[in-house]
Amino acid sequence: MPETIGTPILAAPPATGSAEQHMVINMGPQHPATHGVLRLVLELDGEIIVRLYPEIGYLHTGIEKTCEAKFYQQVVPLTDRVNYLDPLANNLCYALAVEKLLQLEIPEKGQWLRVLLAELSRLNSHLIWLGTHAMDIGALTVFLYTFREREEILRMFEALAGQRMMTSYIRVGGVTMEPPLDFFSRVQQFIDILPEKIDEYSNLLTGNPIFRNRLIGVGIISGADAAALGVSGPPLRASGVDFDLRRDMPYSSYEKFQFNVPVSTASDCWARYEVRMLEMRESIKIIQQALDGMPTGPVKADAPKVVLPDREKMKTQMEALIHHFKIVTEGFNVPKGEVYQGIECGHGQMGYHVVSDGSAKPYRVHMRYPSFATLQALEAMCKGRMIADVVAVIGSIDIVLGEIDR
Amino acid sequence: MAEALNTQLEGRQAVVDAMADHAAVRAILQWNAAALTDAQVDRGELSLTITPDQLVAATEAIRAAGYNYFEDMTAVDWFPSSPRFQLSYHFVSHALKERIRLRAFVDGESPTIASVTPAWPAANYFEREVFDLFGIRFDGHPNLRRILMPDEWQGYPLRKDYPVEGYR
Repeated sequence: MPETIGTPILAAPPATGSAEQHMVINMGPQHPATHGVLRLVLELDGEIIVRLYPEIGYLHTGIEKTCEAKFYQQVVPLTDRVNYLDPLANNLCYALAVEKLLQLEIPEKGQWLRVLLAELSRLNSHLIWLGTHAMDIGALTVFLYTFREREEILRMFEALAGQRMMTSYIRVGGVTMEPPLDFFSRVQQFIDILPEKIDEYSNLLTGNPIFRNRLIGVGIISGADAAALGVSGPPLRASGVDFDLRRDMPYSSYEKFQFNVPVSTASDCWARYEVRMLEMRESIKIIQQALDGMPTGPVKADAPKVVLPDREKMKTQMEALIHHFKIVTEGFNVPKGEVYQGIECGHGQMGYHVVSDGSAKPYRVHMRYPSFATLQALEAMCKGRMIADVVAVIGSIDIVLGEIDR
Repeated sequence: MAEALNTQLEGRQAVVDAMADHAAVRAILQWNAAALTDAQVDRGELSLTITPDQLVAATEAIRAAGYNYFEDMTAVDWFPSSPRFQLSYHFVSHALKERIRLRAFVDGESPTIASVTPAWPAANYFEREVFDLFGIRFDGHPNLRRILMPDEWQGYPLRKDYPVEGYR
């Protein structure tokens, strides 16, 4: 482990070597390859990175503080805005945490629908990663291809939730409503064509000598170092650590699905590329299983004091109207307690830590997002490499600044 | 082991009696039973409360028991009760496929606790975040600076006596 991790370059003495020849330069926060507003301070010896220090917080909006002033159900739309590339995973993680506090059972169809949507959302996240990562490396075409498929996912989200990105579709107690009638056939059509499209991306990149040379052997980190620095998800599995929360600590009935967890031991940017490409194919498998075995029944829990009633019921039944009014104006009380719910999102292990004091507003919501922890490993991955490799490494760990700064 | 997690257990004695064969409970009891002040199994999650001065050693003890991955840490402000701040650390075992929570309580306007960053490099940013937003100091942290808020910011936003809206 580099002993200088976390020491700001401008405040610390220069690293070893002929220090007077070292140069400190600033990369970001408006650099196009930093995927948002990430600022890196680099100490360079020529073009070799001696030290690297990420400076974050440019996108901090205090979402955790805002949550404390909202009712439990009002927090759901806030969660979309944290990791805006994988919106349904955010909803799912928060909903699971609050349901754990309430000890609420979700009907089977609700759970399966959640799995299907979480995987669609993962595909969304991975498609953006692939497009932008390849674009950073200089392969501009792939971006146009992956965004074509991503557009179809967003259109399906729009049909489902009325919103393309900020879906808020998965809520405490189930999902908002039944999906539209043609939704499942649309998903089926999409996953029928997607494997060919993935082959297409692969044809453009896997054999491309420039792409290979930019990724193979770059950004190496051992599995032990990666785990020690908090890396999770595809980058951790690309370093040989075989751990996936979906399989190893299943939630929302993931234990009923058969899928493989791609692992690589090469530990470089290329391994991360391969792991994510395989993961997309596994997601398609999971979606296929969810479509084939989709149970029938309600999509919401039978908990009138927590879950909003259907619109027709609300307009025709006195009880339903009272519950609707109470939930909207007073929220619902959640028993005292502290829970942590972890899920595997597109970037790695996401976690919601919710503390309740028994009232209708969460006492504390803490969000553990994978990019925040993974960023700590950036220095270890880039040290001793060329400055251009930083761009490749940032692309390969797939960060979203919205979830780093929250 | 898994069955015990399905029942509600409140208090140190109840957990020690029911879960003495649990990897983390056994490790903590063997290492220093006196440092374990409280324990709880709630909604399938095991929480162990450790005296704050023993926390770093406790994390080492559970690492030896197989909990190899530092997942998360944060604080909760229980203002105006005392002790005021609760620190929750979450560790995952890749081999046992389990998660446990260690808690420590610190008190006062400007509390201090030993940093776990030298032992768990992943805790670096998380401790900086807690310092930034709660004003809890971590002794032995390599670089305890604000991380999300601007460097010159006054006050600690996630404290309960810090207003959500309006002027400070």
